[in-house]
Amino acid sequence: MSALRIYVPGDAAAVACGADDVALAFAAAARKRNVAIEMIRNGSRGMLWLEPMAEVATRRGRIAYGPVTPTDVDGVLEAMIADGGPHPLCIGVPDEHPFMQKQTRLTFARCGVVDPRSLDDYRAHGGYAGLARALEKTGEIVDVVTRSGLRGRGGAGFPTGIKWKTVAEAKADRKYIVCNADEGDSGTFADRMIMEGDPFVLIEGMTIAGIAVGATKGYIYVRSEYPHAIAVLNDALHMARRGGVLGGSVMGSSFAFDIEVRVGAGAYVCGEETALLDSLEGKRGVVRAKPPLPAHKGLFGRPTVINNVLSLAAVPLIMDKGAEFYRDFGIGRSRGTMPIQLAGNIKHGGLFEVAFGITLGELVDDIGGGTLSGRPVKAVQVGGPLGAYFPRALFDTPFDYEAFAARGGLIGHGGIVVFDDGVDMARQARFAMAFCAVESCGKCTPCRIGSTRGVETVDRIIAGIERAKNLDVLTDLCNTMKFGSLCALGGFTPYPVMSALTHFPEDFGAPTRLEAAE
Amino acid sequence: MTMRIGARQPWDAQLATELIGAHLGGEGILLPILHDLQSTFGYIPEPTVPMIADALNLSRAEVHGVVTFYHDFRHEPAGRHVLKLCRAEACQSCGGDELAARAESLLGIKLGDTTANGSVTVEAVYCLGLCATAPSAMFDGRLVGRLDPAKLDGLLAEAER
Ligand SMILES: Cc1cc2nc3c(=O)[nH]c(=O)nc-3n(C[C@H](O)[C@H](O)[C@H](O)COP(=O)(O)O)c2cc1C
Ligand code: SF4
Ligand code: FES
Repeated sequence: MSALRIYVPGDAAAVACGADDVALAFAAAARKRNVAIEMIRNGSRGMLWLEPMAEVATRRGRIAYGPVTPTDVDGVLEAMIADGGPHPLCIGVPDEHPFMQKQTRLTFARCGVVDPRSLDDYRAHGGYAGLARALEKTGEIVDVVTRSGLRGRGGAGFPTGIKWKTVAEAKADRKYIVCNADEGDSGTFADRMIMEGDPFVLIEGMTIAGIAVGATKGYIYVRSEYPHAIAVLNDALHMARRGGVLGGSVMGSSFAFDIEVRVGAGAYVCGEETALLDSLEGKRGVVRAKPPLPAHKGLFGRPTVINNVLSLAAVPLIMDKGAEFYRDFGIGRSRGTMPIQLAGNIKHGGLFEVAFGITLGELVDDIGGGTLSGRPVKAVQVGGPLGAYFPRALFDTPFDYEAFAARGGLIGHGGIVVFDDGVDMARQARFAMAFCAVESCGKCTPCRIGSTRGVETVDRIIAGIERAKNLDVLTDLCNTMKFGSLCALGGFTPYPVMSALTHFPEDFGAPTRLEAAE
Repeated sequence: MTMRIGARQPWDAQLATELIGAHLGGEGILLPILHDLQSTFGYIPEPTVPMIADALNLSRAEVHGVVTFYHDFRHEPAGRHVLKLCRAEACQSCGGDELAARAESLLGIKLGDTTANGSVTVEAVYCLGLCATAPSAMFDGRLVGRLDPAKLDGLLAEAER
C-alpha cells in the first residue's frame, strides 16, 4: 500500500492556530500506528475559521477535517485511514463546502491545493501554461493584459496593461519589475496567502511582465512581518532557477529574467510605490513627487513596472485562458475577480475570491455569517486603514471600484474588517489619525502635523470639550489633509475619520436620534 | 525580520565587517545589511554606522537617517524575549486593545518597553496578516492567532522562564 497522503497547511494563519503542532502530532500518531504517511504542507484554502484544516487524499478526492487540535489527531488519523471516514470534525470534500462553491477561484485556483514547494505540482495544475503562451507571442502580451481589463489590486486600481505599455515603450539600458508585497493594510492577507500557498504563480506573472516590457530583473519587496512568505518565496525562486523557468534562459527561450526577494523594515508608507522604490534603493522610505512616474524613472532611475502581488498573479491565467475569459467576469469597469478578505469580528473569516459586483451585505452577512461574537454588526471598514467605515445602511453597495468611490469609500486591497456593536467609532477615528501620525513619511505638513493635531482634537471631542468647535476643527483638518497631502496616507486618512463621524455621530457625543426627538 | 533570540551574538567588529562585506557589489544593499546586523547582534550597534557609511560611500547622517526611519531597527538590545501585539483594526475588533492593556498592567510597563529584569520587550505591531484569526501576536518570531487572556498569560509566563 502506498503512503497515506496528508495535508496540513504551512500557511502562517494556520500555523498561528497550531498547524505545526498538528503536523508533528500526525507524524507521531502515524509512527505509533505504523502507517506510512506522506505529509504535505500546503497553503490554506482560505476557510480560516476551520484552520488548522487537515486533509487526506482518498479515492473520492480530498477529505478535510477542521479545526484540528493535537488532541484530535489520533481520532482524525483513524478516520483518514478509513479512506476519509466520518469524524465530528469532518467537513467533507473542501471544494464542495458552500464557502468554496460560491467562489470563482481564478487567482487562488491552486492555493491550498498544491504543494507550494513543488514546481512539478505547480505544472501539473496548469502552471507555466501562461508563460508558454506568452513566449509564443511576446509582442502581444501587453495588449492581452490591457484587454483583460485587469486593474491594479494594490489599491489604486490603475489599469495594469497601460502601465506595462508605458514601460515597454520606454528606452533604457535596464528596466525592472517590482512586486509590491508590502501588504500593510489591516484586514488583508491575500498576498501573503498566495506567496505561501502558490508562490510560482507570482514568479510566473513577474516573468511574463519582464518579457513583455523588456526587463531582466525583478524584486519582490516583502514586509518583514511575513517570515513564512519570505521563506517559501526564496525556496520557490531557487527551484524555479533549477527548473529553467527563471534565469539566463527562461524556458529555453532567448529571454533572461531573475528575481530577488527584499525584506521591508516595518514602515507602512513603504507600501506606497515610490517610497517602496526608495526603500529598495537603500534609502528612507520617503514618497517621491510624481512626475516622473515609476514607469519612466523608477528603481535606480530606470523604467519600472511596480505591481501588487495579486495583479501579477492574475496574469498567468489571463495569458493562458485569454483576455476575454477574464474580462467576462465582473461589472462596469471592474473586470475579473477580486480576492476579498473577510476579517476581524466575523464568524467565517477568510479568503473569498469572486467576480466584482457582489454586495457588501452578501459578503458580511451571507458569506461571512455575521460577527464572531454573535452581536449585531455595527460597522465595517473596507480597504485598510485608509478606507471608510460603512454602516449597515450601505450594505447594498456592490463590490466595485466606482460604486465604493461614489459612496465615499474605497475597496483598496479588498480587505473587509467587521466590528460589532461594542465598537466606539470615535476611538476608531482617533486610531486612524494616530496611525497616520506614526507612519507618516514626514514629507508634507498636513500629514505629519495634521494627524497629530487630529488625535488631540478627537481626544477633546471624546472628553466633551468645546464639542461643536472641535468638530469643525476636525472637519477642517480633514479637508486640509485631503487636499494638501502628496500621497494617500495623508490624503485618505480623512476617509475613516469622516465616515465614522458622518455615519456614527452619536459616538462623538452627538445626541442620538432618539434623544434629539424628545 | 524574525528575531532569532538564541542566535544573538555579542558585539564583534570583525564579524560586522564580514557581514557588511558580504553584500558589497549588489544594488540597494543598505536594508539587507541592516537586517543581517540586527539578526546577528539583536540590534544595530552604533559603531556599525560609520562602518557602513565608509563601505557604501554614504555620509554617517544618511546611514543614521535610514536606521532611525524604519520601525524594525533597534538602537539597543531587546529583552530576552520579544512579544509583539497587533494593534491594528482587525485585531481591535476582536479585543486586541484589552489584551494590550492586560499585558501592560501585568508587566507594569508600556508597549515599547522592556521589563526591568530584561526578560521581555513588548511592542505594538500593525497587522501580521492574520486578521481572520484575530487577535494576533508574535512571540520571538512564533505566530499566535486567536489570542485570548489565557494564551497571553501563558506567553508572559514563558517569557519569565
Ligand atoms: C500609504 C500607502 C500604502 C500602500 N501600501 C500598499 C501595499 O502594501 N501594497 C500594494 O500593493 N500597494 C500599496 N499601495 C499602493 C501603491 O502605491 C501602488 O498603487 C501599487 O503598488 C501599484 O500596483 P497595482 O497597480 O498592481 O495595484 C499603497 C499606497 C499608499 C499611499
Ligand atoms: S501624505 Fe504623509 S506619507 Fe504621504 S508623502 Fe505626505 S507626509 Fe509622506
Ligand atoms: S490586524 Fe492584527 S493581524 Fe491583521
